[in-house]
Amino acid sequence: MTDQTTHAVAYTPEDLPTARSFFQPHRIVMMLVFAAFVICVAVFMRWDWLPRYLPRLGWGILVSLVMLFSTSILGFLLAVPIGLAQVTGPWFFKLPAKVFCTVVRGTPLLLQLWLLYYGLGSLFPQFPAIRQSFLWPYLREAWPYGVAALTISFAAYEGEVMRGAFAGVPAGELEAAKAYGMSRWTMFRRIWLPRAIHRALPTLNGEAVLQLKSTPLVATITVVDVYAVISKVRQETFLTYEPLLLLALIYMCLTGILVVAFRTFENRIPTRGA
Amino acid sequence: MKKTLKVLAVAAAIAVSGGIAASAEALKVGVAAEPYPPFTAPDASGKWEGWEVELMNAVCAEAKLECVLTPVAWDGIIPALTSKKIDMIMSSMSITDERLKTIDFSDKYYNTPTGVIGTKGVDFKPTPEGLAGKTIGVQVSTVHQAYAAKHFAAAGIEVKEYQTQDEANNDLAAGRVDAVQADAIALKAFLATDQGKECCDYKGDVAEDVAVIGPGVGVGLRKGETELKDKLNAAIKAIRDNGTYDTFSKKYFDFDIYGE
Repeated sequence: MTDQTTHAVAYTPEDLPTARSFFQPHRIVMMLVFAAFVICVAVFMRWDWLPRYLPRLGWGILVSLVMLFSTSILGFLLAVPIGLAQVTGPWFFKLPAKVFCTVVRGTPLLLQLWLLYYGLGSLFPQFPAIRQSFLWPYLREAWPYGVAALTISFAAYEGEVMRGAFAGVPAGELEAAKAYGMSRWTMFRRIWLPRAIHRALPTLNGEAVLQLKSTPLVATITVVDVYAVISKVRQETFLTYEPLLLLALIYMCLTGILVVAFRTFENRIPTRGA
Repeated sequence: MKKTLKVLAVAAAIAVSGGIAASAEALKVGVAAEPYPPFTAPDASGKWEGWEVELMNAVCAEAKLECVLTPVAWDGIIPALTSKKIDMIMSSMSITDERLKTIDFSDKYYNTPTGVIGTKGVDFKPTPEGLAGKTIGVQVSTVHQAYAAKHFAAAGIEVKEYQTQDEANNDLAAGRVDAVQADAIALKAFLATDQGKECCDYKGDVAEDVAVIGPGVGVGLRKGETELKDKLNAAIKAIRDNGTYDTFSKKYFDFDIYGE
C-alpha cells in the first residue's frame, strides 16, 4: 500500500516529454499556429511603448516575485503547525486551527486584503501610541498589508493540504520509527515531516501557481507590482490589448518556471519503487 | 426546424434594428463610476446628480440630443470612448495635449484651480520644497498625476497613485500619505465632510503649469466627429449666453466656475 501511494505522486522519466515526442505532426501544427499568432501580434500591434517601460516592468516583476516567495515561505511555515495541530493536537489547538482554515478559505482574498488595509490599517493612526512608535513607518506603507493578507491566505489553504499529508503518512512507518527508539521530535524531523512534504509536493506546486496569480490583488492597495505597471501602461497609452497580452505572457513564463522548478525538486527526491 | 430558424432570423433582425435605432437616438455620456461631488455622485437610490449632471442635461437639451448617463471605470474611460462603448465623456476631464493625441474635446465648460490638502497641524506649502520628504497621493490618469510626476516625483518626492479620488482621500485620513493633490473644488467638498473636517485642511493652490493642467474641462469626443463637436460647442455657448449655466451653477458654487 505504501509504495503504491508514493508511486502515484512521483514522476518517472517516461512521463516527461522527450525531444522526439515534440515533433509529432499534431504538435508541429499547433506550434506553427502559435508562432503565426505571435508574429501577427508582434507585427500588427503597437509595441513602441515597450522600451520606455522596460525598467519599470522589470522592477514590477521583481516585486511580484518577492511577494510570491516571501508569502509562500512564511505561509508554509505557518501551515505546518496548523496542519499538525489538526491531526494530533488536543481540542484547544485543533479547534482554532480548523476555524482559521474555514474562515480564511471561506472568504475572498480581496475582501481580506481590503479589510486589513482599508479597515485595520486606517484604525491604527487613531492611536497616538502607534503613530509615534517605531513600527509606524512600516504600518503606513501598503506592502506589509499585502504580505500579511497573502501569507494568511496561503497558510490556511496549505494548512488544510498539510493536514491531509500528515494524516496520510502510513502509520507503519511511524511505528517503525518508534520501534527504532526515536524520540517524538526526531521521528517528526526525520520521518513524518519529510514524508508529508513529499506527498504534498504536487499539490503545493499547484498552490504556488495559484499564489502567483493572487499577487496582482496587491495592486489594489497601491503596491506597484507587474500588474500595476501594466495598468499604468494602459492608462498612459490608452492601449488595451497589447499590455494585457504582454502581462499574460509574463505570468505564463513565471508559471512555467515555477512548474519546472518544482518538478525538478520532486524528481530529486529518491522514491523507493519508482 | 426550418420554422424555428425563420423565427430566430426574424428575432435577430428585430434585435439588430432595435439596437441601431436605440444607438442612433441616445448618446451615451460616460462619467467615472465613483462619487466625485459636487460634480457627479450617485444619491442613495443610485440616481446620478451634481453640477455636471445638470450641465449635461442643459447642453443636451440645448443641442436637441438625447443623452444617457453611463458610469464607466475612470482608468478605462478613454478606451471606452474610442471603442464606442460610450459616445462622450463628461467627467471633469481636463483638456490636455496628451489626451488630444487620442481623443478630441469640445470647448471648455469649466476651469478651477488645482490644490493640495494635507494633514491638519502639519504646515507646508504645495511646492517641491514644501513637500520634500513627504508622500503625496493623486488619482491615476488625471492632470494632477501628470503634474505631480513632473514637478514632485522629479524632485524626489514619493507620489502614490490611486484608482479613485475616494481611496486617495481615505489614505490621507488614515495617515498613509501626507498630502493629496486634486481639483480644488473636489477637495473642498471632501474637507466639508466629517472625515475631512477632522483630519485635514487646505494647504494652497499649486503653481500654474498650463502645458500639463490644460485650459480647463471639456467634453471628450472621438476624433473626427466634428458635427457633434460643433453642436456641443454651440450649446455650451448658448447656455452661457442665456443664463441657464449661471442659474444651476449658483446652486453649487458661490463664484464663477467657468473661470477666465
